[in-house]
Amino acid sequence: MIGSPDVVAFAKEDEYGQTSPDPWPLPEEFSVPLYPLADSNPWAKTSYAKFTKDFILISEFSEQVGPQPLLTIPDDPKVCGTFDLNYFSLRIMSVDYQASFVGHPPGTGYPRLSFVEDSRVVLGDSKEGAFAYVHHLTLYDLEARGFVRPFCMAYVAADEKKIMLQFQELSLRFSQASECLKAGNRRAFAKELQRKLRDLEYTHSVLQREEGLQREAGPQSMYSAHAVEKANELANVEKSIFEHRDLLKQISSYHRRPRRDPHAVTCQKCVDECLSECEELLNKYAKIAYPCGYSEKAGKGEDGQGHPRGQGEDDDDDEEEGVKRKLSYTPQLIKAKSAKCFDKRLKTLQELCDKTFYEATVALLKETERSFRGDLCYLYTRRLDKALQRKQRVTAFLFEEDLSDDDEDELGTLRPFCAVNHAVDNYVLLNPPPIVLTPEPHELDALERPEHLDPASETSVTQESELGLGESHLESSPSDQTLETQESSEETKGSFSSDKSGVGLAEMQQGLVSMKSEAPDPDSDLTPDPNHNLERESSSEEMETTAGEDEGETGGHQTPVSLLEVVSELEANREEECEGVSGSELLAPIDTACCMAQEGFLYEASAPEAVPRLCQNSHLQPSQTLVVNQEPQALLPLQDDYTVGSPCSESPVTGLELPSGLLGDAVSRTSAEDGSDCTMSASTGSDQTASPLGYGAVVTLRQRKKAGQGALRFVRQYPFAIQALWCLLSGRTLVVLGADEGRVRRLVAALALFVPAPGKCGERVQAWLSCPFTLTDLQRWKLIGLQRVASPLGSSMLYSLSRYSRYISILDADQTTLRCPPYRGQLLTNIADHRTYIRRGSTYFLHLQSTLCHLAAKAFLFTFTHHLHLPVSATEGPEVVESRRRCFLQEQLGLGEEDSQILLYLSQLITQQYLQPNGSSAAAPSFSFNYTTSILYKI
Amino acid sequence: MQRWLFFFCKMGKKSPVLCIGEEQPKNCFTELQVLKGHFDIVRFLVQIDDFRCASAGDDGLVLVWNVETGERLQELRGHSQQITAITTITCKNEVTLNTSLITASSDRSLSLWDPDTGNRVQTISDLHSSVKCLLVLERLCVWLSGGEELCVWNRDFQLQCQRPNHSDTGITALIELPKNYIAAAMDKKIMIYSLTVSADSSLSVAEIRCLSDHQDQIRALINVNDGLFASGSHMGELILWNATEWNLLAYEHILWEESQDYNQTEIRMGAPKPSEMSIQHLTTNGNLILAAVGSGLYVYSVQTRSVVAYRKVAHDSNVLHTMLLSDCELMSCSEDGSVRMWEIQDLPLPAEPASSGFFGMWSFGRSNKQSGPPSKKVIDIPNIRMLELTGDLIGHSGAVQMFVSFTEKGLVTCSADHLLILWKNGERQSRLRSLALFQKLEERGGL
Repeated sequence: MIGSPDVVAFAKEDEYGQTSPDPWPLPEEFSVPLYPLADSNPWAKTSYAKFTKDFILISEFSEQVGPQPLLTIPDDPKVCGTFDLNYFSLRIMSVDYQASFVGHPPGTGYPRLSFVEDSRVVLGDSKEGAFAYVHHLTLYDLEARGFVRPFCMAYVAADEKKIMLQFQELSLRFSQASECLKAGNRRAFAKELQRKLRDLEYTHSVLQREEGLQREAGPQSMYSAHAVEKANELANVEKSIFEHRDLLKQISSYHRRPRRDPHAVTCQKCVDECLSECEELLNKYAKIAYPCGYSEKAGKGEDGQGHPRGQGEDDDDDEEEGVKRKLSYTPQLIKAKSAKCFDKRLKTLQELCDKTFYEATVALLKETERSFRGDLCYLYTRRLDKALQRKQRVTAFLFEEDLSDDDEDELGTLRPFCAVNHAVDNYVLLNPPPIVLTPEPHELDALERPEHLDPASETSVTQESELGLGESHLESSPSDQTLETQESSEETKGSFSSDKSGVGLAEMQQGLVSMKSEAPDPDSDLTPDPNHNLERESSSEEMETTAGEDEGETGGHQTPVSLLEVVSELEANREEECEGVSGSELLAPIDTACCMAQEGFLYEASAPEAVPRLCQNSHLQPSQTLVVNQEPQALLPLQDDYTVGSPCSESPVTGLELPSGLLGDAVSRTSAEDGSDCTMSASTGSDQTASPLGYGAVVTLRQRKKAGQGALRFVRQYPFAIQALWCLLSGRTLVVLGADEGRVRRLVAALALFVPAPGKCGERVQAWLSCPFTLTDLQRWKLIGLQRVASPLGSSMLYSLSRYSRYISILDADQTTLRCPPYRGQLLTNIADHRTYIRRGSTYFLHLQSTLCHLAAKAFLFTFTHHLHLPVSATEGPEVVESRRRCFLQEQLGLGEEDSQILLYLSQLITQQYLQPNGSSAAAPSFSFNYTTSILYKI
Repeated sequence: MQRWLFFFCKMGKKSPVLCIGEEQPKNCFTELQVLKGHFDIVRFLVQIDDFRCASAGDDGLVLVWNVETGERLQELRGHSQQITAITTITCKNEVTLNTSLITASSDRSLSLWDPDTGNRVQTISDLHSSVKCLLVLERLCVWLSGGEELCVWNRDFQLQCQRPNHSDTGITALIELPKNYIAAAMDKKIMIYSLTVSADSSLSVAEIRCLSDHQDQIRALINVNDGLFASGSHMGELILWNATEWNLLAYEHILWEESQDYNQTEIRMGAPKPSEMSIQHLTTNGNLILAAVGSGLYVYSVQTRSVVAYRKVAHDSNVLHTMLLSDCELMSCSEDGSVRMWEIQDLPLPAEPASSGFFGMWSFGRSNKQSGPPSKKVIDIPNIRMLELTGDLIGHSGAVQMFVSFTEKGLVTCSADHLLILWKNGERQSRLRSLALFQKLEERGGL
């Protein structure tokens, strides 16, 4: 064994004095710095703020009254408390960050619509204790000055770091909302233009007629003052028509412009629709009141020939049009002079956007607000949780709460938000940046692109790089030079750290250089030279990470930019593990990556000396890197096995508990909603469909935590709890029999935690059943609450119970007995100890989760280890495989007969899930059982 | 729910005599699939090939199932009333063996189905009477339908010849005998017909003989082997016939009389009701004949012309279908909703008379059958063995009408509760699933 890798590894360590490479390196994304806020007390922070929780503020810079708040989300005056929204609006709207250029640029005759990208800044008011991510956007309004109305949406929070670190995510969300608003606005604007054009056209025709009449009435070649005035008016109207037509053209060309904003994901269908709509309009108005046609007619009129006919045609046209229009709109005469600026009523935001779009935006913002509830720590752990879960798709269905669609939206895929629900069919895969808790050297950004990639992920990489580019372009709108100067010159209170303005200056200089070298073309930024780009990238990097810089001495700790990289890293790690460890006899047969290696695979008995080393490693690691490790459990089953209860696996658990206490008020509303199941016990719904427990709906984490309390009570109360849990975990249907509905329902809710693969909405659990069940019910439900009735019906129910007694275990809630096969294993003593010291339900729930996670990991390993199920060579019979499987279960996992059954059942579930991921197959589900005698347990 | 109630009441009358308990190490059926699709009692199961079977019942539906996966492959709709008989017919079609289904229904129609496509290939309606049994003669490429009349059809559903009969009940069972003879059970008689193919290849049927040794209605008629066939009647008569000479070889009257010391209480109940002795079903493997007698089982050896093993109360209710898996293993299903597996075991101690039944045993002497009470004790029969329950399958909530075994692939049972259950060996299934898993893993190239 001299050449075996582990020996070499040890030799190396001696020779070079290097620490041995960690055999189980943790994916960077899952590590949490031990004290991310080492210098500050996180609890002391929030007290300054005059508002209780984060909210979203929409403000407008009105051309009449200046900055004014429009609405807050949530729309509740209590949220803002004594916080001065007016003042804050003034602060955030005081600078026109977009600096839209309005008016007639040289060379064009008509007013131009300014196409400005949104700008994103973080502003702060440390005195007020308010920090905000501010998203400026511009909407078009025909009546507004320069046709634009500046708005901004701000996410206001008391925690500056939260905003800084969530910048990317916030930016994504608000971009979606902004895009939605703008899409609606463009529609509304086009409609308004259309109306205006119609009016103009009508005015034009009226004026024309008047002029014609005048000309007929008056002597030839004589122009009265009145006639001149009319002619001027006509010319004005014509000019106006041209202008508006041009505007229409501009607005319809909006979509064709290349977007510099990477976050501006738009729904392609919407765009297409809007485009075609606009084009239709354009065509229409190009035809009607065609300038040449008009001049021709005018010419004819001057000649005095055929004039009546022409006039008549015009009339006809008008009449026809009139008939068409009558239904919807009657054209109005446009006065030559528009109303004074301050007289007119400006449109509200609702009017500016299409109603559906407005509502969709508000809904989106509400969702955003909801998803950012809680403090940074909570958000972070939740995200880690989900990131982990997504990697465990194979096993996550067993015990984890299901990742619902909106979660998925929040994570892997970002769909272009679409108010009219086109979104379903066009997904854009984007990797939203992870929350960055620690500063990262920005060189990392470009490094570590995975080399080997399948074509599917290639696209996402390009998108990701676009995203990276976008970061650099965040501030590179044509106006950002002015922005920077303004920002650096102005003494803004605590918006960025001081070196930020220095960077801004440097960047400004850089920008000036580039301005000099290039023509002052606003589009020059589309093709930035690399230097420029790099500089900007560094600056944006700076901006992103300044928050963590002060205390960010976590040594070489790098947070991967995208999940994709993490995946590839993980894979690489696994390969390493495979290579590095396959020599050691213990790990070889159980390594997940080796499962597929069918031939040349040597199976030997475990070498126990490999174990302590492994164990040591996993214990040493945290102290070395000062990083709390949350282990990707499904991937490292053995390690789990040996670190049960060790501090390193416990700490994320305690860390997780923190937010639930801290954020009591943030989530109190939901808890009030969830907590209803206690009161429901009074209901007497005998219909099996009436399940007030909420198991018809998606079971939330909140509900599950609450059920943890019940489970803990069950475990402490019943000495045979362990047998009941074993029944559930080994796939034997448990029937909770009782006369009191509330009691049965509570028990079922508590025990539902232990049902493997309960389904998204708890389909495998029936909380209350009051009719005799059949075999199909047993097949469908793994946990049944059954009503005990004293009647002929009851006797038939009892008969069905005794008839199917071989398939079920019966927990009698009234007599507190349990009839089930005996369990003598050790696996569940951990979670079913009735002398447990755990006092709180949520703690027990987490404890349970970790144990179940271990189980799932073992089951995963067992399922995907080739030689445990299939013969290695052709000469082997099924008995050899069977004995090998038994040996694995007993000796390597240390499981007894009953414990093995749990694993076999979980493995079966995993196999089924893997073979039929969505559970939809034409075949009937199969139901396995075994023939064992049951014992009656009593208290 | 009503059904359950009813079922329970019915069960409640008689306490289950036999209970194996939950520990069944010899029972390998540890996985089941419930196949739904029928709307009424499922009465017939027929094996199409080694992985498909068809089920038919009172709802007039014929469903084709894949036994390996439990999928429903075809739904053959066409009959408006309950199906009374179903059989398969195999056509050697150039290279392939093509199996089709023939069904007969109470709506007085006959249909030929292609189970691959689900098409109704042929159909004949407006028959004079409904067909009660079907018999396919592969050799002559014809098939027969029995009811109030005996009809001979060819493959294309053309009537070749027919023969009305004068009995009230009509033909209830048909079997093929050597030399183109056919035995048909009609009430208490067995009619032997001869089928002759004339020169112009037209067929004709003629009555040859009428065997009227049964005292009661004949319930079952089977071929035992080339030289023997057997019939069983409602009052428990089991007769073995010579297949060529059509004479009676053995007569057995199963009376289910238990000895006094064996079960005191049972004997006091008086004379057994005929339904308790009725031979519901006969099955054979050439050596043994297994008779379902009332709620009991009775194994008869053809060679020794004697009983091998028996159990009077094998089920809580009438046994409806039986099967001999091997010379020592058998299976039965009953109205009590269970399927039971049995093993014919030698007695633990040869000296101990574990079972002592009273039998009326006569050979060739039905004349003296009436004369004496069942006097002959068969305790001394040296080779009597025990019928030991090795496992039971509980799943149906109604009478199990029939089952079909696909050996290692599983067992299909059909029942009055409208369900079919596919019983499988859990270990085998899990092995197959693992195989599929690793195949998929390989296809995907990893997780």
